[in-house]
Formats: sequence, structure tokens, C-alpha cells
Amino acid sequence: MTMTNRRPNISIPVKGLMRGLALTLKTLFTKPVTVNYPLVKEVPVPRARGVIALDPEACTVCMLCARECPDWCIYIEGHKEEVPPAKEGGRVRTRATLDRFDIDYALCMYCGICVEVCPFDALFWSPDYEYSEYDISEMLHDQNRLTDWLKTVPEPPPLET
Amino acid sequence: MELNFWLALLLKVALILGVMLPGALVIIFGELKISAHMQSRIGPYFAGGRFGWAQPLADGLKFMQKEDLVPAQADATVYKLAPYVVMMGTLATFVIIPFGPDLVAENLDLGVFYLLAVSSLSTLGVLMAGWSSGNKYSLIGGLRAAAQLIAYELPLVLAVVGVAIMAGTLSLNGIVEAQAEWRWFDVAPEWINIIPPYLILQGAGFAIFVTASLAELSRIPFDMPIAESELTMGYLTEYSGLRFTMFFLGEYAGMVAMSAVAATLFLGGYWLPFVSEDALNFLGPVVLLTKVGLLAFVFIWFRWTFPRLREDQLQSLAWKWLIPAALVNIVVTATVKVLV
Amino acid sequence: MTQLDEARIDPRTAMHLSEAAVSVELETPDMTLNIGPQHPSTHGVLRLVARVDGERVEEVEPVIGYMHRGYEKLAEVRTYAQTIALVNRIDWVSGFANEIPFVVAVERLTGIEPPDRAQYIRLILTEMARIASHLVFMSSYPLELGAATPLMHALRERERVLELIESVTGGRFHPNFNRVGGVKPVYGGGSSTKKQSQDLPAGFLQGTRDAMEKIMAITDDLDQLVTGNELIQARTVGVGVIPADRALEYGLSGPNLRASGVNFDLRKHEHILPYANFDFEIPLGSNGDCYDRYVVRNEEIRQSARIIQQAVDGIPAGPLQAKVPRILKVPVGETYVRAENPKGEMGYHVISQGGRIPYRVKIRSASFSNLSILPWILEGQLIPDLVAIMGSLDFVLGDVDR
Repeated sequence: MTMTNRRPNISIPVKGLMRGLALTLKTLFTKPVTVNYPLVKEVPVPRARGVIALDPEACTVCMLCARECPDWCIYIEGHKEEVPPAKEGGRVRTRATLDRFDIDYALCMYCGICVEVCPFDALFWSPDYEYSEYDISEMLHDQNRLTDWLKTVPEPPPLET
Repeated sequence: MELNFWLALLLKVALILGVMLPGALVIIFGELKISAHMQSRIGPYFAGGRFGWAQPLADGLKFMQKEDLVPAQADATVYKLAPYVVMMGTLATFVIIPFGPDLVAENLDLGVFYLLAVSSLSTLGVLMAGWSSGNKYSLIGGLRAAAQLIAYELPLVLAVVGVAIMAGTLSLNGIVEAQAEWRWFDVAPEWINIIPPYLILQGAGFAIFVTASLAELSRIPFDMPIAESELTMGYLTEYSGLRFTMFFLGEYAGMVAMSAVAATLFLGGYWLPFVSEDALNFLGPVVLLTKVGLLAFVFIWFRWTFPRLREDQLQSLAWKWLIPAALVNIVVTATVKVLV
Repeated sequence: MTQLDEARIDPRTAMHLSEAAVSVELETPDMTLNIGPQHPSTHGVLRLVARVDGERVEEVEPVIGYMHRGYEKLAEVRTYAQTIALVNRIDWVSGFANEIPFVVAVERLTGIEPPDRAQYIRLILTEMARIASHLVFMSSYPLELGAATPLMHALRERERVLELIESVTGGRFHPNFNRVGGVKPVYGGGSSTKKQSQDLPAGFLQGTRDAMEKIMAITDDLDQLVTGNELIQARTVGVGVIPADRALEYGLSGPNLRASGVNFDLRKHEHILPYANFDFEIPLGSNGDCYDRYVVRNEEIRQSARIIQQAVDGIPAGPLQAKVPRILKVPVGETYVRAENPKGEMGYHVISQGGRIPYRVKIRSASFSNLSILPWILEGQLIPDLVAIMGSLDFVLGDVDR
């Protein structure tokens, strides 16, 4: 399709200018689409990748997320702990316990690979986005802070049938 | 009653500053808000509580805190002087604008002549700023401003000549009175005299005047001396802090001045029909400022709808279209004036 | 005053001046104007060293590399899945479209065929990325010519597209939604749903239909505000004409090439997404000037919206992901896959020596080749036209430097 039929037609030289003025005047009297951010907040979609929440109970310190992270912004430390046998005479089990689980959001590029590879459902996306800081070192969220985000994880949206 | 000379001078200065500075701030705020809504935005909202009315003041306060930079390459004296020249040119325009039959700082017999002379002063300041900044972008911007001045001062002057012929005087008060005395038809109903006569009879002149004053004010579509996307900010590139504020205020005060002049020449100035001359001394400023606001809205409207022309296109528009049109306007006006 | 420091005059200029028949007192040496890397209209960090005579540009030398992030090298030490997260940052205004050629290249190496539904989702989101990218052009180009309002109007409508992309992928700009063998089957929601396969969120298809109506409307609005505006026409018609043969010589692609009248669109020529199932046209310009490049992009938005409307109606049911081994090992081999990015031809040459990590990835990006015509086309133009021409080529510096 050649666009020659759309070449400019400058027979009435002010027509285009007038139409532009009409459009801006129309917009002047329509409702703005932006919102007053701190007073009014737009709700992100449920799948939005805002911040990563951690469920420390589910984490088994397998290090898969830290290994698959493209920019290595997840720091995990853990140790093995002996758990007394569940019933008398049973075997003593060892359980991996989380000592440290930090995500450096100053480095994170929000790709979501860690959430995807976690085999034990310990990581979740939350659409929350209000965690800017004055100091870049505050962007390193520790285990407690990551666990707090768990409250903001939404129910998954229904699917298209 | 003869006032003390110095007291009268003080009052006049107060009048001019009292109109110009708040006027400029109101137009800055209007531009912020109107441009925002034309773009589906809200615009300033928080400064000063409701509707962000204090945003221009807050901006001014911010500018004042900035460092007053003078580039090492700059010609320091000229560089520092330039904003004041721009401001002075604009302020001088206000001197002769009548806000009422007696509310005028100086009623000059050659008002129009004086007006056109001082309105080009600010361009001199722009050229000084561009030349002295020691920056290539500023230099190009300053030279563009100079070229623009030459191209646009002529149609501006020629457009006013038509009005001067019709009114038979060069005094701004005289021009307003001439418009007030105009009667459309003897038979027509009285209310038809609401229509400002020169808006219709000098319509071509009005269009030329508005176009030329857009160029004079370096407003889009003729903002080539600033041209943010080409010359970063043209002659303003190196300015910061208080000196930038002077340019900024000067730009908007210039808008007030140009609108006031256009309103006086073509829209009847302070004059309102069916109102006695005594009442006009109180109502006049309101009437004039309403007209100024309307014209400023048109300027803002253009600014946020149109793109910028190229310098050579501006020159060809001025020399090939506006100046011949203005000359034809003068010939027609003069012929009709002599014949009728 | 050292505006025109004599010591800095280019020797070539001096020679030229000695030949010029002007008196010695009036000689005007050329000025070297350094445009960028911090300049409002260089789209980031492009630097142009221009020799100007007054307002006329005598010679331009583009300097690039200020945004080189070394993606080709980074890809050599990252797995294929990690590389997908990187490549959508090359041309950030159309993130999703960048992922496609890379993923298809890996799929060709491994011999995995993605299911139909995944192909359709890829196609819909690619066209949405094209609309988003072109709307950024629609917004930034008038701004470069001095009109600020189309910026907000076009970006306002782009938000509809970005919201749809976000509702599916979770990311507005960087979706990272493609996987080898399909599209991302899971996203981190509730733990119970994580096991079951994920799909498009409910209401997406209807939302897309509504949004496409609005996109069609904004192209008309932009016609009203920009295309029909005499001042825009005065600035763009006949400015920066690129003849078809010259465009081919410099390796231009995408809308820039089509504006010169060359009918070349990889959506029709390469079959990496099921474009053959849809009815759409390739808009072509005839003059190759800035105005044509603008109009062609505006029309491409309409055509993309048409494609999406057809794809939404015809989307097949089925899985989103083919069977892929948990640890993806790509066999030895190499391939080059190219696709029609919003900016032009984008291709990835992937070499695998086996294993989880590519041996070498060569990225062919559209903007880099499109920019290469700058020295030729800017010669002898005015400074305002320099800005107009540069803007009309629509390059993104991330795509140039990589």
C-alpha cells in the first residue's frame, strides 16, 4: 500500500492548524488521565512485578534462586540443624535453616527468574512498589522485610477460558 | 490637584510593578495549568494548598537558591547586564498603557512610536546574552533572535499604522477614545457597539500584529532563539539562578505587555460600553486585564498546539506574506479614510 | 571572546577559505559544534561533532558508544534463560519484540517447536510492542519539532498497550515472558496455582479489543493534531530525502526503508511467527522524506491494531509450553534468526558449543544500521533540519550501542 494518497494537501493553509487547535481545546475540557499520586493511587495489575516476597518456612536453602539470578543480587546463608526425632526411637533428621536471605533491590532487574525456578514455592511476586529509599544501602531488603511483603501478595487472577 | 513629583513617580512605579509582576505570575500559573489540561495532565496541585496556586512563587524561590553561574568564557559584564536590559525593555512598555481614562503613568502624544521603539530593546538584551555567554548554542540563539527582530519589527509597525490612520492619533489614550466614540450604524440597536470596531475593521492588522508579537516574544511557533530541542535553550543555556528568573519573568511580563498593547490598539483597551467615564477609572483595569488574559490564553493555546518553524521559513513568512499584507492593509485603510 | 579561536581552525577549512573569494577581513571560519552526548534531541547519549557554517551543517561525525553495555559479552557467561532477561533491554521501548528472534534462534538449535497458542500470544504481544514503540516515536518526533502536546496524547494511549502487556507478563517494559519452547508457563502467584499451568488473565482478550479501538482513534487524533498540521508539513515534507537505492546501500530497514518505497518487511518474508494467517498491508512511502517516515509509522500502528484484532479473535486453545528438559542443553550448532523489530531488522547469530551457555551471540540491531546514514544525509542540512532528520530515523541509543 503506497501512502501517496496521504500526501499533504495545502490548498487551505489554515485548516490543519485549526483542527489542531480544536483538539487541544477539546482536551482542555476533558478529564485528565493522570492522578495525584500520593493522594490517589493506581492499583497495579495482580501479575505486576513490584517486589519479591519470601516465605521463610518454605525455603530449604537450596540456593537455586541465587544461582540462577542473572545479576547475582540474592545473598543466602544457612546451616544444617539437627531436628529431634518426631517419635521416640526415630532417626535424628537434619534440616536446613535460613540464616540470611537478602535481596539487593538496587541490583535486581526484576526479571522474575528466581520466582520461577524456586521448587518449593518460597518466593512470590507482589505488585507493591512503594519502597524507595534515600540511601542506596537501604535497598538491601533482609529476611524480615522480605517476609513482610508476603502480606501484599494478591490472589492470582482468574484465567481466560 | 498637583501631586508632588516624587510621590507621583513612586505611585507610577508602584502601579507598573503592581500590574506587571502579579500579571506575569498569573500567566505563568495559567500556562502551567492550561498546558497540563491540554495534555490530559493535572499540573501543579500541592504548592500553596488548593490547585497549586503558589507554584510560580515556589519555582521563583527555588531559582533564587541556585548558584549564580558565570561561565569562564563569558564576557562577564555584558553577561550580567543582559537580563536587566530584557527586563527594562519590557517594563518600559507598561509606562504608556492606559488602564483607565486617567490611570496612565504617562500619556505620550507619540505613544505608539515610543512603544515600538522600546519593545525592541529586549531583543538587544537577548543578543547581549547570546553573544556574551561564551557558548556556541547561545551565540546561534542570539543571532537568530537578532534576525527575527529585523524580520518582525516591520510587520509589527506596519500593522499598527492602520490603527493610527483610523484613530488619527498616536497617543494610546487617543486610540482608545477613538474606539469608544465609534458608532457602527446610526440605525442599528445600541448593543451592537459592544463589538470592538478595530477588531473587525482592522482584522487583517490584528492578525498580523498577533503573529508578529508571537515572534517578538519568541513564543512557539517562532521560538527559534530558544529552540530547546535544537539549541538546548539558545541564549538561556548558560543562565541560572536569579538571572534566569529575570529572563523567565521578562518573557511572561513581555506577554502581558504585548497582550495589553494588542488589547489597547485593537480590542478597545479599558473601554467598556454604557459605562460612564468616572466608573471606567475603577472598572478600566479589570476590563483591560480580562482582555489581556484572553489574548494570553490564545498565546498559550498556540504554544501547546503548534510546532516550531524553521528560521528561513520565518523569514519568508515575514517578508513574503506579512509585510505585503500589512502594506495592502495600510493602503486600503488610508483610501477608505480619505474617501469616507 | 574566543568564539572562533583561529588556532582551532581545521586545516581543510583553512584551505577552503583561502580558495574562497572573500576578503581577508570578512572571512568566516567554520565552527565546530558539539551536539551531545547531553542534548535534548539525541535520544540519550548520541554525540554528533558537526562542522557548521552559520546554520548550515557542512559535515557530521556521529560518535557512539556512550551506552555500550556489552550484551554480546554478557551473554557468553549467562544461561539462555538469563540472556532472555537481558536482551529485552536492548531496545527498551519495544522490549518484547527483542526477545523473539533470540528465543526462536535457540528453539531452532534445539529443535523445539512452540505450541500454537504460545505463537499467537507472542505475535499479539510483539505487535503491541510495535504499537508502543511507534507511539513513542509519534510522541517524541513532534516534540523535536517543538510541539509538546502530541507527546502526552500519544503516551497516554501507549499506556493502554503497556497495561495489557503488564497484565499478561508482569512487566511493562521488560516482559521477560518468552521461554525456549513457548511463553512463560508460570508466574509467582499463590502457591496452589504455581503448579498448574498459567494462561492469559481473564478479560485480556476483551480488553485488547477495546484498547485497539482506542488505538485506532488516537491515530486519527494524531492525524488531526500532527499529520494535517501545515507547520509540521513545512518542517518535514521534502526534508531529509533518502532515495531507495541509497537506503539499501546503507542497510536501512524497517519503516525508514519502507518510507523510501522499498517493500521489505520481515513479517512477510520470514516465518518465525504466524503472520501468514492474517490480512494486513505494508504501508509504503514514495518520497523517503521525514514526512513519509512519519506517515508510514502512523499507518503501521493501524495495521498492527488490525493484526491484533484478528489474532485475538482467532487465538487457538492449548498449552503455552512445549516439552522442554528441566536443564536446557543446546546442541552444537549455529544459526541466525532475524525478525521485524519496530525499528527494523533485528537478528541474533547464536553459536552453541553444547551446554547451558551460548558460546557467542552476535546481535544485529536495526538502529545501528539506521544511524549509519547520518553523515551522508546530514551533510548540507540546516541545524533545525538536523534535528528533524535525526528524529525521523527513530533510533534508540540502547539499540545502537548494545
